[in-house]
Amino acid sequence: MLNGANHEIEGEPVLARVLADAGVPERGVAVAVDGAVVPRASWGEHRISEGARVEVLTAVQGG
Amino acid sequence: MSEQADAPLIIGDEKFDSRLIMGTGGAANLEILERALVASGTELTTVALRRVDVTGGTGLLDLLRRLGIRVLPNTAGCRTAAEAVLTARLAREALETDLVKLEVVADERTLLPDPVELLDAAEQLVDDGFTVLPYTNDDPVLSRKLEQAGCAAVMPLGSPIGTGLGIRNPHNIEMIVAEAGVPVVLDAGIGTASEAALAMELGCSAVLLATAVTRAADPERMATAMRRGVEAGWAARHAGRIPRRYWAHASSPEPDPA
Repeated sequence: MLNGANHEIEGEPVLARVLADAGVPERGVAVAVDGAVVPRASWGEHRISEGARVEVLTAVQGG
Repeated sequence: MSEQADAPLIIGDEKFDSRLIMGTGGAANLEILERALVASGTELTTVALRRVDVTGGTGLLDLLRRLGIRVLPNTAGCRTAAEAVLTARLAREALETDLVKLEVVADERTLLPDPVELLDAAEQLVDDGFTVLPYTNDDPVLSRKLEQAGCAAVMPLGSPIGTGLGIRNPHNIEMIVAEAGVPVVLDAGIGTASEAALAMELGCSAVLLATAVTRAADPERMATAMRRGVEAGWAARHAGRIPRRYWAHASSPEPDPA
């Protein structure tokens, strides 16, 4: 699941690849997998398991 | 916290010449928001964290970068300490700042802070190296405990978020200021410029507001009014107001004898 929608992964289930395939920008975003923050430096080696919940967040207008 | 009249606002390691912290929520579009932010003179502005829309960025961060305004991510929408701590960590990762406006609200109807969850989250985030600015009730005891937990400021509400009811309990705000060793930022409830001025006259170090500007009929003009209100209140606080008297006290000399 990527931001609540089902997302098929082709090839290596590495977070950096999954994000790039989904068109996620590289700056100004943060990623949590199953409720835990994955630091940007770990995106390259972090492997996504079947059924993982990936949340990608960015800044929006808010008080 | 008492400060010199010409001192900058200091929160954690950061210095600000403007004492008006703006929120970005509620503006109809980025163009209106930009004009309001510029008119407000703000140097620090809140943002919320939400799911990214890969079909197109919001442009908000680019706007703030271009205007040279520092970002204060909030944890709006969080109901528990655990949610707020996770959101703060995501914000630090996304926005590369240790500053966080910590919001942990109890329910949607009042949007009042949940004091138990708030203090728990504040303690965890301070331990984790954050510069924590908690949105808190106008409660001197809770404010003291947040400061003891290591928060870099305390941000009591004037009245509930978005109500524009002004400062419902000025005496509580004064008590918070009297005890605080960190900046007190009046956050939430401001409706118009005189209320922003009052916050500063009560001794607050800054005012944080969003709705009062972004949902005003003319946001840019209201932002100017708020900037002046904050400046006027700060100047008045440090100018030493006259004592209140029961009876009149003429300012002109006695009339000459007939």
